[in-house]
Amino acid sequence: MKTPTRPPARRIFDPHIHMTSRTTDDYAAMYEAGVRALVEPSFWLGQPRTSPATFFDYFDSLLGWEPYRAAQYGIAHHCTLALNPKEANDPRCAPVLDELPRYLIKDGVVAVGEVGYDSMTPAEDTALAAQLQLALDHELPALVHTPHRDKAAGLARTLDVLRESGLPPERVVLDHLNETTVGAAADSGCWLGFSIYPDTKMDPDRMVRILRVHGTERVLVNSAADWGHSDPLKTSHVADAMLAAGFDEDDVDQVLWRNPVAFYGQSGRLTLDVAPPGEREQQLFQGNSILRGGE
Amino acid sequence: MLTPLASLRTGLELHLTAESRTWLRRALTEAADARPDTAAPGGGAAPDTGAAPRLPRWELHFVTAGRKCHPAPRTSDTAAVAPDPVDAARVLILHAAAPDTDTLTRLYTRGTADERRAVLLALPHLDPPPATAGALALVEDALRTNDTRLIAAALGPYAAAHLQAHQWRQGVLKCLFTGVPLAVVAGLEHRAAGDDELARMLADYARERTAAGRTVPEDLGHVLKLARFEEIREEIEERDAP
Repeated sequence: MKTPTRPPARRIFDPHIHMTSRTTDDYAAMYEAGVRALVEPSFWLGQPRTSPATFFDYFDSLLGWEPYRAAQYGIAHHCTLALNPKEANDPRCAPVLDELPRYLIKDGVVAVGEVGYDSMTPAEDTALAAQLQLALDHELPALVHTPHRDKAAGLARTLDVLRESGLPPERVVLDHLNETTVGAAADSGCWLGFSIYPDTKMDPDRMVRILRVHGTERVLVNSAADWGHSDPLKTSHVADAMLAAGFDEDDVDQVLWRNPVAFYGQSGRLTLDVAPPGEREQQLFQGNSILRGGE
Repeated sequence: MLTPLASLRTGLELHLTAESRTWLRRALTEAADARPDTAAPGGGAAPDTGAAPRLPRWELHFVTAGRKCHPAPRTSDTAAVAPDPVDAARVLILHAAAPDTDTLTRLYTRGTADERRAVLLALPHLDPPPATAGALALVEDALRTNDTRLIAAALGPYAAAHLQAHQWRQGVLKCLFTGVPLAVVAGLEHRAAGDDELARMLADYARERTAAGRTVPEDLGHVLKLARFEEIREEIEERDAP
């Protein structure tokens, strides 16, 4: 008898989603769709920040409140931390770089990110190079955002900086790729990240066409859902589109679970065993009598 | 007889992988070496490699416990490791390092939720004990959150011994609001007994829930009885009955 190698049900790891901007209804719907783990990269919150202290409260939230919220819905939460490219241009925010080392040692941090280019300015050059060095120092992967505007030129410049950094390509994911940038990104040896959006970036059918050409190796598919028009179930829609296009369940499991586990697992800090929602409360409070001073 | 923390360490070591056991022993040795009352000046700081902030080694162990402290695979005999091994390791590290109140406050305020919980759990075990005002500030900070694991950890023996009555009653009520079982509140029977104000708050809360057509948490009734001294009155009445 052949031992089954596949999991009994679909499991999804969303490797890039901004849950701070989402509701508990989203968490419940994600669990229902099979999401059991996610990574929340620190990013721009829509309203520009004006001081480092607001970053620290945000980082603390990604290491405290947000993992707590996720666990209530049976989802393992990890994060990536960085000064994002857009705000790297504000000198009031730049001192965040000096404080990042004390955050990058935390258990829940599985990469440095999002780093990369927004407008390709000298300040962004400095922040990107400094943070790739932090990834090297802390033996962490890096989540590298490719710019929304002037994307192909931005990717070329990003690849130059990555080569200079000495960070091995297998420790880097280049995110928000599309048909025009996937070739150069694949040639670099980095992991390939695709953000599936309702209207922009990528959609599930285009994603499937890219998977047909490039295969399922080194590919990460995310919803990148945030405060804008986005959908936290897009990972699940890609799984459906893959099956409809002839990929099998094992391909789906590779792209939507094993690949992100392999990429972020390089941090040595992934913990994926979160109890299902119904069982969690029972586990929370039992068995702590010694720590609590009892017999 | 073993102290509770010595028992905790023995129990924890039994449950860890060999590698984690080695890590724990090293962490506890380095923490003990860094005690403010015994450490050499400037001792214990990690070499400044650029790889990590210049923290004392024991603090790095405290921060990284979640990825260093792994229970061995479970067998049917060890179905559940209680308490949580990472919580236990962090409490043991804090106990060994005996940090002063400023250090404890820094570890809490710069900590993840897991690190903060460990600081709260360690409060009653620290020797010398932390300055009361500083330690209570951490307890009160945790009670302002909505993280039920922090709330539960905050209402341990330290709060039972030191938290001012109004804050403590608010903590009990917060447990009822957030679904934390009142069984986790340390010293509940002693502190609730005969507390008329707590009785009033619990009765009001029960009334509010009932008026809204919602259920009253099961453990409310038990504490309300305690607060009203009903059980003791019943005992006295039974004893004095002719």
